[in-house]
Amino acid sequence: MPYIPHTPEQTQEMLKVVGVASLEALFQDIPASMRPRSFNLPDGMSEHAVCARLEELARANKTDVISFLGGGFYDHHIPAIVDALSSRGEFLTAYTPYQAEASQGSLQAIFEYQTAVCRLLDMDCANASVYDGGSALFEACMMAVRATKRSRLVVDECLSPIYRTMLATYTTNLQLELVTVPHGGGVSNVQALVDAMDDRTAAMVVQNPTFFGTIHDYTALFAQAKAKGVVSVLAAYPVLQSILKTPGQMGADVAVAEGQSLGLPLSFGGPYLGIMTCSRDLVRQMPGRIVGRTVDHQGRTGYVLTLQAREQHIRRAKATSNICSNQALCAFRAYVTLCVLGPQGLARMAEDAVDKAHYAATRLAALPGVRLLADAPFGNEFAVVLPKNAHEVVDKCASRGLVPGFPLGGYYAGMEHVLLVACTEKTSREQIGHLAEMVGGML
Amino acid sequence: MIPDDLLYTKTHEWVRMEDDEAVVGITHFAQSQLGDLTFVELPKVGDTVTAGEEMGSVESVKAASEIYSPVDGEVVAVNEELADTPEAINEDPYGEGWMVRVRVTGGQPSDGLLTPEEYAELLEE
Repeated sequence: MPYIPHTPEQTQEMLKVVGVASLEALFQDIPASMRPRSFNLPDGMSEHAVCARLEELARANKTDVISFLGGGFYDHHIPAIVDALSSRGEFLTAYTPYQAEASQGSLQAIFEYQTAVCRLLDMDCANASVYDGGSALFEACMMAVRATKRSRLVVDECLSPIYRTMLATYTTNLQLELVTVPHGGGVSNVQALVDAMDDRTAAMVVQNPTFFGTIHDYTALFAQAKAKGVVSVLAAYPVLQSILKTPGQMGADVAVAEGQSLGLPLSFGGPYLGIMTCSRDLVRQMPGRIVGRTVDHQGRTGYVLTLQAREQHIRRAKATSNICSNQALCAFRAYVTLCVLGPQGLARMAEDAVDKAHYAATRLAALPGVRLLADAPFGNEFAVVLPKNAHEVVDKCASRGLVPGFPLGGYYAGMEHVLLVACTEKTSREQIGHLAEMVGGML
Repeated sequence: MIPDDLLYTKTHEWVRMEDDEAVVGITHFAQSQLGDLTFVELPKVGDTVTAGEEMGSVESVKAASEIYSPVDGEVVAVNEELADTPEAINEDPYGEGWMVRVRVTGGQPSDGLLTPEEYAELLEE
């Protein structure tokens, strides 16, 4: 029996209504390589056979490599209490609890998460989170489009190429113009960004630290944006926000971040965490769920989903977004991490990571033919130019158990020799020594 | 609660003509259906509005809905007070709860608008 509710007649009728000749034509946007080859699934397996198969797959993971990979995702320490608290049954949900009468604990945790990320980024309001940093960035751009009723997005090429690819994909069928301003050798070309803003520009989008690891102060850029009626969007790195000038201090209207560095293990495909914050006057443009604190009829504190009239179950087609959930469990882990570390602990973690990266940069730049890409301040990540193809160096090192960084040739034209190197507080002096020796031996 | 010196729309806005300017708000019926209002989004002074097209929105504790312009014209004033006190629309929809003042251009504004009698009939349906 097929588990398809529609009869062939109904399918034909629906195709006729949308004006498509066949099911094949309806799905033509899905590349052939991504279509299922067959729906004939194999027979079921016993529990122990499934476990054995999963263990076999897990053994294919390499967990003992020394890694200097970053590019927006970082191997920070996760305190044991994060696993202990987040694996409690009461918090084990991916979904936003909307029944206030049954979910006070979860709602309180989300409210406190919102408060914590507002304080970290120095912004007025936060939502309950979205899927990841990239979806948060897209939603931030859409906030700007709605608030300004304009259709042009000016994006710094220093913004993560992953985010820029997502933006391009998400906006494919929207009537939006995406303008990318070339980077100036691993740093933002601020004057070019200013010049790129016109009276049709909805958003100015930058990242701090940039994808190249360089640190900027965008205060003047954001002031120029404000003067032109442009919404300024900043993608931040939560751990470094403890020691950098904050998005709020720079005057950003919307600040977003990939929350992975706060208590979430590195994992291909996530689940990760999209942190979204904004200034008070944009809160009604904020997508997704927002938890608010209120009092009941006896004056007791309680937590509820608030400002729901923006959302699709009430506002239908006029809703701010089709997001109607959040990353509840990941947000909770980020919140526990922030609580356990505290402002000083987070700053120490950041300073430690930055110190290690500066030591690594000194060691690599001392190698013959190697130099730093940019002469600019950087945090826990930096780009070096090698005398050789960086991808080849990475492949060779990786086969010997050390991943020296992320080769940028695939993302930036003419950067085949550039390697992006990240450290965290977990990186040891010995590991940095191995890095310098191994890379040096290959040049 | 249907003042007889105003004109109305099928979408529950009211209009008071003052020379070539139209003062616009939402009716007592509209506010009572929406419940306690929490937020009002209005056009900006200088914006052009078109009869029958969306010019803003109101949000209450239980719903959000669009406000449609009853006339063609240019916005010459908006009720800035509503940003802090949207409840004025609930308490005094035809007075303190006014929303925008539009300088009317084009045809007669009464075209397509309902008289108090016609609006009363609409509500009875």
